[in-house]
Parts: sequence; structure tokens; C-alpha cells
Amino acid sequence: MFKWLHPYAKSENLYRLSGKFLLWFGWLGFIGAVVGTIWGLGFTPADYQQGDSFRIIYVHVPMAMMSMGGYLGMAIAAFIGVVWQQKHSDMMVMAIAPIGAIYTFLALFTGAAWGKPMWGTWWIWDARLTSELILLFLYLGVMALYNAYSDKRSGARAAGILAMVGVINLPIIHYSVEWWNTLHQGATITKFAKPSMDTSMLWPLLINVLAFGLLLGALALMRLRNDLLRTEGHRPWVQKIVEGEN
Amino acid sequence: MSAWFETLRRESLLVLRKKSDVLNPLVFYLLVISLFPLGVGPAPSILARIAPGVIWVAVLLSVMLSLERLFRDDYRDGSLEQMLLSVNGGAGLILAKVMAHWLMTCVPILILSPLAALLMGVPDSAVSAIMLTLLVATPALNMLGAVGAALTVGVGRSGVLLSLLILPLFIPVLIFATSAIDAAAMTLPYIGQLSLLAAFSAGAITLAPFAVIAALRISVQ
Repeated sequence: MFKWLHPYAKSENLYRLSGKFLLWFGWLGFIGAVVGTIWGLGFTPADYQQGDSFRIIYVHVPMAMMSMGGYLGMAIAAFIGVVWQQKHSDMMVMAIAPIGAIYTFLALFTGAAWGKPMWGTWWIWDARLTSELILLFLYLGVMALYNAYSDKRSGARAAGILAMVGVINLPIIHYSVEWWNTLHQGATITKFAKPSMDTSMLWPLLINVLAFGLLLGALALMRLRNDLLRTEGHRPWVQKIVEGEN
Repeated sequence: MSAWFETLRRESLLVLRKKSDVLNPLVFYLLVISLFPLGVGPAPSILARIAPGVIWVAVLLSVMLSLERLFRDDYRDGSLEQMLLSVNGGAGLILAKVMAHWLMTCVPILILSPLAALLMGVPDSAVSAIMLTLLVATPALNMLGAVGAALTVGVGRSGVLLSLLILPLFIPVLIFATSAIDAAAMTLPYIGQLSLLAAFSAGAITLAPFAVIAALRISVQ
């Protein structure tokens, strides 16, 4: 696999490849998000218990799942960067971080907006809410550490190590609903058991989860490509691209 | 092995020679705790209720305060670079450094904690729980904190940054430690929480030194 990956250690090849991926991720994610959201908000039946306000699930759950998925992706990129010394992998860590932070914030925000009509409170120190808040702090820490270094390469590597250390928080978030009996409802979709929601409601949710994940990837790739152009600005291939697009 | 003990001895001596490094976190610890009776009022029922959280938050803050010195001086005079280059510069070295730091800063806090419990009016049944949770969980705090200290050692004025990096990682320890003390105050068994804290420490001691070394390599290069 390493031999196969090796050509992509060159920034130029990586730029091209990520451009292709970006196109696919971006369009599939966009179409999926539009389809899933319209389907979820407009055409699913209302919940027997929560009425129409359950529909925020189509934004909240994908955001929450992908905030964790983004962190995991960041940690995997950091791991690859440390083990195989791929500098672009470290760049990827920092490409994901701000987007993941925004996803986490939106998950918290939509959760609060959902909690107000359902539980009668914007915020409660519930296990899952608290651990999602910790996830936001972890993202912020990673970004702050990166910005504290004047040498961006060392900063990216340091941030990668922090990302890997913080990954212990993910299982805590994931199992928080099972370990602590608190206000947040239990998991709606699990990998193995039959989902506890009707298929007519489930499909748009699954589509949205996938779509928001693809969008996360597309946004991260955009940032990676920007970063590549910025750091390699003195190279001929960058100048060719810049001149070609003018 | 002798190199390991030598490092432990050297680190402990260094801390002892610079007494403010030992005393400042301790004074800070007692100061933070004594702020609470002044702030929320001295009613014993309130104080006893919030005591586990107050004591543990004070511990977290003073551990964080003390961690800044862990690699700072060795980094400044260049001996950290030499240590990492030497044949003994592996995880064992980090373990010795952090253990010396733990002996010199956390053990005094542990010894002072009955006094803190007395100040906060903690029921007698919970005092031993406070000491046990401190004994079992502070190694995890020190190892995780060492990762943060190693990541920020090359960055100037790292105090606030260090807290941003490390405090989120301390939160699980805080949750289980305070829940253990709460259980003990109600004379319930708390061995479960204590075991989890011990597991945190065991995991941190075995894994964190490698993260610390990787972080230090970035800082000294």
C-alpha cells in the first residue's frame, strides 16, 4: 500500500487527486444533503410523541455523528503522519479541525434548540451533552496549539499528537448514553440491532449522515488544497495553476 | 535501571532545591479551597455538599500550575535535548521525570487533603475516599499533563494554552473521582469508580510517555 501511496507524497499529485475527490465528495454530499433534508423535513410522517419538532434530528444527528467522525479522521491522519512521516497527513489534521469544530458547535446548538421544546431546557449537564462540549474544547485546543507555533509544520505535528491523545474521549461520548442514565434519549441507530425508528423516517436520516460526512470531507479537501497552494507557492506547478486560471 | 533511579534522584533534588516549585502549588491549593467558604457562605451543609467538587477542581488547577515547570528548565538550558539523544532517552526517562514530579507535588497535596476536608466540613466517611481517589488518579493527571507540558514547552508563555489543552482531558477523572467521594459520603461502596480511576492511571502511565517523547522531539528540533 505504501508503494501505491508514495506518488501522492508529492504535493502536485496530491493536489490533482484531491481535486478529483473534491468534485465527487462535494457534489454527492450536496445532492445528498438537499435530498435528505427536503425528504426529512417535508415528507416524513410526524413523530407520534414529539410531533413535528423531531425533524431537527435530520440536522442534529448527522452533525453530532460527523463531529465525532471528523475527530476520528483527524486522529487517523495524525497517526499516519507520525508513523509514516507524511507531512501532508499533518496538513490534513489541520484541514479537518476547524470544520469539525463547527460541526460540533452546530450539533450542540441544534441539540439545545431541540431540548428546549422537548425537555423544557436549553442546556443540562447531561453526560452526552457534556462530553460533546468536551469534544468542542478538544477541537479548540488542537487549533490553539497549532496557532501557537510559529513554524506551521511543527505546529501541525504537535496538534496531531494532541488529536491522538484526545481520541480517548470518543468512546466516552459514544457510550455516555448507556453508561449514565440521563436525560438524553438512547441511540436511535445502531450497527447491529434493528433501528428503533420507522424506515420511512430512517432513510432520510441515513442519507443525511452520509451526505454531511461527504461534505465534511469535501470542505477538508478544499482547505487542504488551499494549504498546499499556500505552502508550495514558490514551486513551478503552483505558478502554472495560478497563471492558467487567470 | 540505575540510570532510571539516577534520573529520579536528580529530578527530585532539583525540585527540592527550588522550594517555590513545591510550595506554590500547595499554597495555591489551600487558597482556592479557602475561597469557597468565603464565596458561597460558610454554612456547613452547603460546604459539605460541594466539597468533593471543590477539592478536586483545586487539585486539577494546582497540578496544572505545577506542570509548567516539568520540562521548562531542562529545555532552556539544553539538557532536555541531550537527554533525548542519550541511550536512556526513551519512555523510561519520561516516566522517571514525571514520577519525581508526582512525588514532589502530588504527594504533599495528598497529605494536605485531610486538612482540606476538615476546612470544607466533609463527613469522616469520605476523608479516606478523598485520599484514595487522589492517590489512584493523580498519576493519570500527571501523565496527561506531561503530554500538554511537552507540547507547549517550545511555545512562549504557555500557561493559558496548557490549560486549554489539558483540562478537557482531565474531565473524566474529575467526574469519577467526585462520584466516588459522593458515594463514600453516603457510606456506599465506591470501589467501581476507584477501579476506573486506577484504569485511567494505568493506561496513561503506559501510553502517555510515548506521546510525551514525540511531542518533545517536535519542540527541540
